Amino acid sequence: MEQKTHMNGLYLYSRYERFWHWFQMLLISILIVTGLEIHGSYSLLGFEKAVHVHNFTGITWLVSFFIFIFWLFTTGEWKQYIPTTKKIMAVVKYYLVDIFRGKPNPVKKSIDAKHNPLQRISYLSVISLLLPIQMFTGILYYTYNEWQIWGQNFLTLRQTALLHVIVSFLILSFIIIHVYMTTTGHTPLSYIKGMITGWEKEKL
Amino acid sequence: MKNKTFIMLFSTVLGAWLSVWQSDLCHAAQMGNEKRQTTTDHSKHKVLQQEFSTGDDITKACLSCHTETDSQFHKTIHWTWIAEEGEKQLGKGGDSLNNYCISSNKMNDKGCSKCHTGWNAKEGEVNCLLCHSQKEVNWDETFEDFRFFKEEGDDESKALAAELQGNIHKAVTDIGLPTRKNCGSCHFFGGGGDGVKHGDLDSSLTHPDKMLDVHMGTNGGNFTCFRCHSGKLHNIPGRIYSQKAYEDRRSLVEDDTISKITCESCHTATPHKENAKMNDHTDKVACQACHIPDFARVNPTKMSWDWSKSGRLKDGKPYKTKGPYDKENYLSIKGEMKWEKNVKPEYFWFNGSMSSLTTKDVIDPSTTVAVSQPNGNINDPDSRIFPFKIHHGVQPYDLEYKTLLAPLLSGKDGYWTTLDWQNALQKGMDFSGVPFSGKFDFVKSTFAYPTTHMVMPKANALACTECHVRTNSRLASFGELYMPGRDYYKEIDFGGWILVFGAFAGILLHGTLRFFSGKRK
Repeated sequence: MEQKTHMNGLYLYSRYERFWHWFQMLLISILIVTGLEIHGSYSLLGFEKAVHVHNFTGITWLVSFFIFIFWLFTTGEWKQYIPTTKKIMAVVKYYLVDIFRGKPNPVKKSIDAKHNPLQRISYLSVISLLLPIQMFTGILYYTYNEWQIWGQNFLTLRQTALLHVIVSFLILSFIIIHVYMTTTGHTPLSYIKGMITGWEKEKL
Repeated sequence: MKNKTFIMLFSTVLGAWLSVWQSDLCHAAQMGNEKRQTTTDHSKHKVLQQEFSTGDDITKACLSCHTETDSQFHKTIHWTWIAEEGEKQLGKGGDSLNNYCISSNKMNDKGCSKCHTGWNAKEGEVNCLLCHSQKEVNWDETFEDFRFFKEEGDDESKALAAELQGNIHKAVTDIGLPTRKNCGSCHFFGGGGDGVKHGDLDSSLTHPDKMLDVHMGTNGGNFTCFRCHSGKLHNIPGRIYSQKAYEDRRSLVEDDTISKITCESCHTATPHKENAKMNDHTDKVACQACHIPDFARVNPTKMSWDWSKSGRLKDGKPYKTKGPYDKENYLSIKGEMKWEKNVKPEYFWFNGSMSSLTTKDVIDPSTTVAVSQPNGNINDPDSRIFPFKIHHGVQPYDLEYKTLLAPLLSGKDGYWTTLDWQNALQKGMDFSGVPFSGKFDFVKSTFAYPTTHMVMPKANALACTECHVRTNSRLASFGELYMPGRDYYKEIDFGGWILVFGAFAGILLHGTLRFFSGKRK
């Protein structure tokens, strides 16, 4: 693919990808806020409304996630998520030590490799493990009344709910670290700007 | 196969997603006042224009046209007071007892027979007017007075007799389908007084507001009892001891010949807005559980009755005292009792059938004896979580035979006259035909009544968080059921929050280090 460059920047994220990212951010935020209310952690919207919003948002997310997967495979972008151990220790060392010494990120971004090895592994596990588990248990939870007709006895309601809660905590923890990591670019806001405009400035 | 599952799942998901957009198309049927049509005017029937001096004569007149009614009626529990359940003879005419007035001693306690549907208990004819006359008459008194004045023969007495006969004539010719008042004349006063027994049935339902009962409310549906308890051949549907009120769960939408006795008969199993989460509850939660937030909202109901405290005297005489709601809380002849209003029900699994004890059942006096309790459990697909009134009693039992005892209460040998337990129990058990060792003590008991009337308008149904809440959930005792909002694992939540706050702490540390190392540079 032709690499667009401009003013030391790279055009890394296409319009759909950016839209998807922020749309997903919105959906997941709503799901976490309403989900914790349904879980009984606090009272905000009111239980009934929280359930309704949660279900609606969850199904919206599921449908748009399928569109995202379709996009991943038709554009070949799935290759961005192939895990690699190459340079992974260097990246780990960078975030643990070198970043404090002002050393540059050992992995340069390019249009064919937007993610460093650590990102690849963490994003892959989120996309292929955490989110599918969450969607699976969410759908099961939502369709609880059909279980008998389907003969679903793989999970009980209690186990389904338990898994749904555990994974939501994992996703929430991931988001906290993910958001922080976006401040480790050239300037604290450069990665975030990149996800808004598509153009990302690399450290010189 | 895999494809099919996928298509099914996908279409379910898509369908659910799309239906969220749909507006509610299913409006609740408007419940207007229904004017029942009648094709006869009973005041024009010659046979009813005769002079009546006994109840049986009236019934014979009724039967001259309604030829099959008595033979039909004699087979119903309203007449027999007996419900067979296997070996057990349940019912007031059988061996049943409760923890209110305990027993009718196989209908030998005349005080109980006031509510029997005959003119003179099971002797003679059925009293058709009890249920069908729109005029209320104290029949025993009226006939006695009528016969007395007629025999006297003087002018004044003749005039009085004519007036009484006029009242009889009005009652005999003002005939219709039973009203709430007709049914209520017995069922509102179960246990010997207004609202004693049920909690969801008392005289406030004669002319209720729709806030008290949305169906029966005179400004609501103005339903009569038989609008739901619509019988055939004088068999009135409703739960009878262990016997369920309904045969199947279908609605009139599926089969228009079924009885209308359940909520689902008219409202179906998915009564809420399409796609509403509440519809997903109907497999486990009865309509009543949410739509009857509390009972005894206008008149109080009796919640406990301790017979062991009875028999105290003041100045050598029986006495009574009044407590809250201006209701008697102590009577020498009955013992100590508590009344309550706006009572929150207790909830149990219920498949529509109750287990109740008889004078012949052996009890365990070391426990609280469940004289009547709901049948059902979480694994029974016919069971729903259902609201109940639980009446707590303390009542006599046989120390030797470990059976509950049925004292005779009214009459000259009854406990209410003699205040002599030994004698009243012996008399009562003789009538009941069950042996009594002569040694007795008192045992704690409970009696469960399903709460199904006093349904509030839908806006007043319970909020989700009455049950889906961590503390004080109405369903706190339903531990085997997983309920979001109520249930959580402390360990999982603790671990989860440790993870979340650990992540926060980590980024805070990392960020601080970055900040200062950047400055140093």
